[in-house]
Amino acid sequence: MSEQQNWVNRATGVGTSVARSLLLPTLALITALVIGAVIIAFSDVDNLQLLGTDTGQALSNMWSEVVDSYAALFRGSIGSVNSISETLFAATPLLLAGLGVALGFQAGLFNIGAQGQMLMGSILAAYVGIYLTAPAFLHIPLTLAAGIIGGLIWGGLTGLLKARTGAHEVITTIMFNFIALFFVQWILTTEGLQDPGRNNPVSAAIQETAQLPKLFGEEYRVTIGFLIALLAVAGVHWLLYRSSPGFEFRAVGSNPHAGSYAGMKVALVITAVMAIAGGLAGAAGANQLMGLDPYKATPSLAGAVGFDAITVALLGRSNPVGVMWAALLFGALTAGGREMQGAAQVPIDLVVVLQALIVIFVAAPGMIRAIWRVKADDDSAATQVTTSWGA
Amino acid sequence: MTDIVKNQELVEIPEVVQTSGDVRRSRIIGFVLLAIAAVVLGVFSFGVPSDATSTFNLSLPTDTIQGVSVSFNSRLFSGVAAVLIFALGVDRLRAKNLRWTNAALGVGLLLFVLAFLAWASADSSFSMVGMLRSTVISSIVITLGALTGLVGERSGVINIGIEGQLLSAAFVAVVLSSAFGTWAGVGGALVIGALLGALLAWLAIRFRVDQIIAGVVINILALGLTSFLASRVLSEAQDLNAPARITSWRIPVLADIPVIGPMFFDHTFFVYATFLLVFALHFGLFRTRWGLRVRSVGEHPKAADTLGIDVIKTRYRAVISAGLIAGFGGAFLALAQISRFEENMTGGIGFIGLAAMIFGRWMPFGALAAGLVFGFSGALAQKVAILGTGIPSEFMLMLPYVATVIVVAGLVGGARPPAADGQPYIKQ
Repeated sequence: MSEQQNWVNRATGVGTSVARSLLLPTLALITALVIGAVIIAFSDVDNLQLLGTDTGQALSNMWSEVVDSYAALFRGSIGSVNSISETLFAATPLLLAGLGVALGFQAGLFNIGAQGQMLMGSILAAYVGIYLTAPAFLHIPLTLAAGIIGGLIWGGLTGLLKARTGAHEVITTIMFNFIALFFVQWILTTEGLQDPGRNNPVSAAIQETAQLPKLFGEEYRVTIGFLIALLAVAGVHWLLYRSSPGFEFRAVGSNPHAGSYAGMKVALVITAVMAIAGGLAGAAGANQLMGLDPYKATPSLAGAVGFDAITVALLGRSNPVGVMWAALLFGALTAGGREMQGAAQVPIDLVVVLQALIVIFVAAPGMIRAIWRVKADDDSAATQVTTSWGA
Repeated sequence: MTDIVKNQELVEIPEVVQTSGDVRRSRIIGFVLLAIAAVVLGVFSFGVPSDATSTFNLSLPTDTIQGVSVSFNSRLFSGVAAVLIFALGVDRLRAKNLRWTNAALGVGLLLFVLAFLAWASADSSFSMVGMLRSTVISSIVITLGALTGLVGERSGVINIGIEGQLLSAAFVAVVLSSAFGTWAGVGGALVIGALLGALLAWLAIRFRVDQIIAGVVINILALGLTSFLASRVLSEAQDLNAPARITSWRIPVLADIPVIGPMFFDHTFFVYATFLLVFALHFGLFRTRWGLRVRSVGEHPKAADTLGIDVIKTRYRAVISAGLIAGFGGAFLALAQISRFEENMTGGIGFIGLAAMIFGRWMPFGALAAGLVFGFSGALAQKVAILGTGIPSEFMLMLPYVATVIVVAGLVGGARPPAADGQPYIKQ
């Protein structure tokens, strides 16, 4: 094996061959698109009614609808500079939050709490963004740091609960999502944070100095948040594979008992991992506040990013570089989905279906192998990343 | 004489060792109760004028027997409650009768809620029956969700996908009920619930996908697919989003009893079926061969396999039949509670069901009790918002989730899941 091949393997964390490791995700994507086409074709009420009377015409209508939809999906994701900007724009929070979930997986922790961590991060960032007066080169990092701290505390709490009492992080992070949502709904109606003159939960806009500058010029939405997310990829990669805490994270993830036996402080590792994961999600929350017009915090600011982050981390096999590609793919699907909704009147929710299907196929490689008759590798271990409630 | 004393010591020592955690818990809860007593006395009792009167209405406008209500002096009521909670707290600090710790906490919290309601309704009246009735109604989906999770987990398969099962079932129930009538809707909901259960089982058992991942993906798939079809099909064909109303089955005589009648005996068939199901599942799990097999597969699959029980088949059956329960819950939500489909109409209730399963310690009656407690906090949040106490209703809505965190953190007694929960089984 060549030196360069080695480097690629180390950087991507994939098996013996890059081509082989890309095979299954590619087939998963194709299979998902085929199923998506069937869903598009058979959900049009007019065509379904036509199917009984004029089958040929109905099938041809269905075919052209699928072609139009996927053409729009493609156009909206990479068809123009604006499309690419939209893809990167959608990928940014997915990447930040996805890295948080992936970090948890590496340490054997299933962090479903990115949604709540994003919300708590955005609230703290909103305070700093609204009340601090500083030049942009200070205001932006401080607002971002506030977002990270908000998520860090919220994630760290669930880690602490797990470390001290054994409360399973899947349950506590789900519960913390709801607690954060209700808390945010309340705090956004309090004086000092609420937008004056509004009676629904919306914060005032953050100051201009805290808004993230645009990356490709004012007419395109992507901000330097994307560069920050790329820095986070490098940072998490370094943390996991080049630092001694990262080694402990992975050791505890693969076998907590062995880690404990080797003198690692498992409780500390769990708390630290959940806190850092929360911090990354908090950064995603801050990004949604600082990079998205009208620059106001709302309870729906996180959208479904916190949950999509889980699928991104799974698709990226919890490897930072893999997570980056997965976030770009899902960002492209999201941006393309908007175009598809606008141009072909196919609801953007189809993209959610595609994402779920892709992850099912990637998590159950046996299914894809059976469909496409691909022979199994020796590294085809089932994905068991979490432990039972009690353990 | 000395021998006897010595023997007693020998008997008692291991008991003390075993329960040192319980002693600590009893003391912690003692302090919590004292703090609650202080709040009840300081805020609820002295927070109202000394001559304020609270009235709890115990009959609904639709009841046969009208005008049942209780009125009392608000300050005196809360004062008495504070004294009782204080006494419970002192008793817990003594750390005797450790079995009663949770009961003491439960009674203390009940008194706290009553004192709170007396305070919130000082110099006005409050429809107690209305709240209790909506408690029962909102507990149904939570309980059914909890039972879905419970049957799966008793067999060793974790089900995080309850939310997705409920949502898909709600969608199918609305469409089929609009097109072919109520029973078609219920039937379709049962089928889709079971199908998603089968998908979960297939992913978890056949492909050994991590069970939590499989559940999460089912939720995402269900949310995406129902939202897609709702905006593509239901917005075009609106008559498919208009299910027939389901009438209540008012049980004669029993429904006329004040309080209990409107609470339990004037509902749609879903509600009665849910209560029957709780009894049936308890009997099934703990008194039948099927139940013994399911539990053995969830606790120690290898031992069960050695005794000739087909682990894989038992798990498939358990998860698929649990899916029927979720389907029923989705049908209730869509047909009886809301009467139309809306995107993401479950809004996390499947996760509350999951919490209720843990809160109820993997027992059917526990799931029902937890469902009622969570339903109560939801009903309370609505009523409190109407009463206008200045307490944000968001904090009431948070309660089920906070309570669940407290339970899983072991502060209210450890809850032990089935031993092989979440573990794939590989036949040797």
